[in-house]
Amino acid sequence: MLGLNSRDFKLLMIVIFMTLAAPILLNPFPVDSALGESFNAGYPALMQRFVIFGLLAVGFNILFGLTGYLSFGHAAFLGVGSYAAVWMFKLLSYNIVPAMLASVIVAALFAVVIGYVCLRRSGIYFSILTLAFAQMSYALAYSVLSPITNGETGLQVYSDDPQVLMRAGDPIVPHLFGLEMNSSVTWNVGGWQFVFQNGYYLSAICMIIGFYISIRIFRSPFGLMLRAIKSNQTRMSYTGMNTKPYMLAAFVISGMYAGVAGGLMSAMDPLTGAERMFWTASGEIVVMAILGGVGTLIGPVLGAGIIKYLENIISKINSDILHNWFAFMPDWMDNLLVNILYPFVGKGWHLTLGVLFMVVVIFLPGGLVQGGQKLGALFSRKSKSSNSDATTAGTANTNTPAE
Amino acid sequence: MGILEVKGVNKRFGGLQALGDVNLSVAENTVHAIIGPNGAGKSTLLNVLVGKLIPDSGSVMFDGQSVLGRKPHEINQMGISRVFQTPEIFADLSVMENVMIPCFARRDGAFRMHAIGSVRNEGDIIGQAEAILADVNMLAKRDMLASALSRGDKRRLEMAMCLVQEPKLLLLDEPTAGMARADTNNTIDLLKEIKEKRNITMCIIEHDMHVVFSLAERITVLAQGTPLVEETPENIKGHPKVREAYLGEAQV
Repeated sequence: MLGLNSRDFKLLMIVIFMTLAAPILLNPFPVDSALGESFNAGYPALMQRFVIFGLLAVGFNILFGLTGYLSFGHAAFLGVGSYAAVWMFKLLSYNIVPAMLASVIVAALFAVVIGYVCLRRSGIYFSILTLAFAQMSYALAYSVLSPITNGETGLQVYSDDPQVLMRAGDPIVPHLFGLEMNSSVTWNVGGWQFVFQNGYYLSAICMIIGFYISIRIFRSPFGLMLRAIKSNQTRMSYTGMNTKPYMLAAFVISGMYAGVAGGLMSAMDPLTGAERMFWTASGEIVVMAILGGVGTLIGPVLGAGIIKYLENIISKINSDILHNWFAFMPDWMDNLLVNILYPFVGKGWHLTLGVLFMVVVIFLPGGLVQGGQKLGALFSRKSKSSNSDATTAGTANTNTPAE
Repeated sequence: MGILEVKGVNKRFGGLQALGDVNLSVAENTVHAIIGPNGAGKSTLLNVLVGKLIPDSGSVMFDGQSVLGRKPHEINQMGISRVFQTPEIFADLSVMENVMIPCFARRDGAFRMHAIGSVRNEGDIIGQAEAILADVNMLAKRDMLASALSRGDKRRLEMAMCLVQEPKLLLLDEPTAGMARADTNNTIDLLKEIKEKRNITMCIIEHDMHVVFSLAERITVLAQGTPLVEETPENIKGHPKVREAYLGEAQV
């Protein structure tokens, strides 16, 4: 189906279902309940981040997962894409089509230049070069290029901007041919509340398309060449393959994904600043990919979702909420538990992320996807108990870099 | 006129003359061995042939074209394949994928953006890859990870990857280095079989005289960067200059 084998097709269907049904799936608790306040994640602003960062991680995975080249400056493309989109809003109109196109094109051009220079080196030197480029972009956007980026205020649309394609009656928020990004339909069922927002669905569709393209690339001859480059560059060039254009193509495709993600961020909220390019943003992308499972198809999406979920949910928890949870305990025990947990929540959520990351990297070097596979293997072994699986030892997972 | 013509090649590394005025002619459809003691410049010469090193002077012509200044992948596309001392294979890929890549290289050249079609639909490539795996008796291992292969099988796989490109010249850098006698004999048989079936030109760099004398039709002896003799195996065996190079000054 759609040029995919049955396993990949199933995976794609799962992703489509999960993203489209996210407003319902992520709101399992009634809106006014204590659990709902703490753990519901089905509100548009957060769901947008899930899919936009998912898209970013999927693109990053095409570079890092397939070729093994660790770019530590991917946020630069995100930032460039965001600026390009806001400029389109300023110059043309709030329609997101030209904005998104501009994001992709500008990010691609940027990636060609940065990739051409950085790909002269490999390994740690490549990572450092990309990091340097991204930090240079950040510094330029923050200061020297203020006329273009509006410096620390951030780039936004002002009422005296040209907006030459703007007609009377057009929405004054980003829209897709009149479909306003921030408008939504709310569905109340009993105590539950589900919000379906245009902007979220646009981002979700972009993510699904991006995910589908990434599956096709993983299974294509091009994807095979990239994996071969990761495995052995020497053999690759002595097999008559020019590795440079393959690497550059992977780098540019990956940069374009980041450009789309940046464009979507601007489409959701037409305001962007240089901090989107800061190195911590690049680092976050790397963490997402590794946490989920580098080189697997679903891993980066999973990683992005989990990190964004934790960021939003855990950072909302404060000591009052903790006290509420443990209210049934004797006071001394309540206070003890709150004191232990307090550094891990609220502003300290990075501590939780750090612990999670360490646990995953040490025990599941293949990321959460590997954890899932281990669990799956455990269950299937139990169900098949007597079937010998000696044949699987040392057998490559036929043609699949896992799903 | 041979398929490979090396004329007056010099290469210096600082104060060391690694290659001094090397002339070599490899005739088409022969197995040509290059032997010599350690430090004779065998590997340097090989690296010049595949474009990894650029000589200070001299010319290297392959099939009527100069290879100097070309990158390794360009030289490979001209028809020179190389087998390494320790097999260079794609350890993280399956055996089948390992041989498919050279098939792609042969069909599509050094670069082709082929990002949407699936590898599974490349019928002709799969056919070629399966045929070569059958040829080297590895078809049963097609789905194994290359890193899980035995050393001998890795060598076979690397040969298969080179052969599937149907090179005009196959360069072998000590193909039996560090192998047990049984493995060495297997490799010799494999190379003989390749030679008979495919009528390929081969250039072997080797330490092991057993291998050299079982395979080679011409032998060049290299010592201190200069070719001493070029002869048939029968004439090399008792050659005084060769003894001198390997054993030092002849005893009176």
